[in-house]
Amino acid sequence: MTAAQGEVLVRARGLRKHYGSLEVLRGVDLTVRRGEVVVLLGASGAGKSTLLRCVNHLEAADGGEIWVDDVPIGFRHDGGKLHELREAEVAKQRADIGMVFQRFNLFPHRTVLANVTEGPVQVRGVPRREAEAYARELLERVGLGDKVDAYPDRLSGGQQQRVAIARALAMRPKLLLFDEPTSALDPELVGEVLAVMTELAREGMTMIVVTHEIAFAREVADHVVFMDGGVVVEEGPPEQVIGAPQHERTRAFLARVTA
Amino acid sequence: MADRAGAALTRPVDAPGDSELLPQVRIRHWGRWVAGLVVLAVLGLLLQAISQGDIDYDSIPALLTQDVILEGLVDTIVLAVIAQAGAIVIGTVVALMRTSANPVLRWVSWAYIWVFRGLPVLLQILLWYNIALVFPTFSIPIPFTDAYLLDQPANVIMTGFLAALLGLGLNESAYMAEIVRAGLTSVDRGQTEAAKSIGMGPAKVLSRVVLPQAMRVIIPPTGNDFINMLKGTSIASVIGFTELIHAANALSSRSLAVMETLLAVAVWYMVVVSVANVGQYYLERHYNASIRPTGTRGSVWAKVGGSLRTPPFMRGSR
Repeated sequence: MTAAQGEVLVRARGLRKHYGSLEVLRGVDLTVRRGEVVVLLGASGAGKSTLLRCVNHLEAADGGEIWVDDVPIGFRHDGGKLHELREAEVAKQRADIGMVFQRFNLFPHRTVLANVTEGPVQVRGVPRREAEAYARELLERVGLGDKVDAYPDRLSGGQQQRVAIARALAMRPKLLLFDEPTSALDPELVGEVLAVMTELAREGMTMIVVTHEIAFAREVADHVVFMDGGVVVEEGPPEQVIGAPQHERTRAFLARVTA
Repeated sequence: MADRAGAALTRPVDAPGDSELLPQVRIRHWGRWVAGLVVLAVLGLLLQAISQGDIDYDSIPALLTQDVILEGLVDTIVLAVIAQAGAIVIGTVVALMRTSANPVLRWVSWAYIWVFRGLPVLLQILLWYNIALVFPTFSIPIPFTDAYLLDQPANVIMTGFLAALLGLGLNESAYMAEIVRAGLTSVDRGQTEAAKSIGMGPAKVLSRVVLPQAMRVIIPPTGNDFINMLKGTSIASVIGFTELIHAANALSSRSLAVMETLLAVAVWYMVVVSVANVGQYYLERHYNASIRPTGTRGSVWAKVGGSLRTPPFMRGSR
């Protein structure tokens, strides 16, 4: 356990978001401590992905605040007010928050190695040689050391998702967001991606994971949040939320996904 | 058919089974032979007709390298290249305005496309060429001084070349704006999100992720447009700009060898367009690098043949 562990890294307060007349988030609070793995569970449409995408400001919330490492995401804290930031300024905040997408979203016009070095070289200005050495190390760690020169469309879904994880890690983020990282994978490829994520969790990476993999939540999560209809219904350690859910809606959801 | 179905059920002795594989009879493509013969016959008749025409074919090679024709060739290429290059730059800017979050820019770009795509090129060229009738002098004063950055009679500035360049280039820029916009919107939104998630600002997202992928959609119709531009420069002959057609007319009005001169010009157009085709082939291949396996080698001629086989105007998306 590191010294910093336990200190709050992410704090969302009263998040609201609507698309037209549809309210996706109706006042959501979320706290994530450094080194913690938080899994967001819930049926599709519950607001999990929207909440996750608000954390790195891919979606702008209509109301409420998100603080990551004492910085308000999408805003500048000055004189007791939050001033909205321009896109270029938000980009600087996002550099420290990695994200892994359901559909991988690797850059198809660049090799695996170039995908991983793109962020460090273009955003952080790391010398190419140095970025490549670290990228090779990361790709080795996710088991793709032999694929550095391949283009993404030559890889399986599971391999692409592991490259995507390496791409996110290359920025040395203080927080990793996973948006249903195994939902687009063939069943036999899910395990290799979950194995990499489990390893990251063990190394102390702070992670927020939206997933339907209940077994992963039970074994890896420190904290499970169950959402429904844009609100947090129930949260706590996995033994409690998954093992002994208090709410009817949680029980109904778990019965459906584990059936 | 019927007895084959029956055979499967009763399984007679020489049906599939333990013995060796049966010989297969391939379809005979009679249609190809018939079409080939018809085409040969038509070509033969055509050649016979042409050979009887009153044309001095032997004079054509010499006409190809006449000074006037070569001057026209250079002017055609220079005009087309500058007009297209300008159109690509302006078109990209207009496309970015069109996809911008700023409503004023969106409206302005819409109006720009509406006007410059809506008016005939010939009309636009004539409007520019005759602009001296409305504005006798062009002057750009330097503020707070008596000096001028530019102060010239419009007739001096608005040469045939400039009028043709503005007419062709601005008209094309409106089309390029739509081509670039189609390219930008063809790139998956997930690409933009992935680029943002690694901390890229709007400029990097565009230059490193969206535009390179949009190129695959942008290049084919742009090559198509450039070929149209090469041929479209012939419109500039009406205002006396010495591109190929004007050069041919000037030459044949003296020599009276009208058809011979026009055919010589036709040869040059085909050469220039074919070269443009080859360039397009390589550009497309460059931007398809990740899609095509990196092993497709072959002679240059095979590639050129490949690019000519499907005429660009049939590939274009417009």
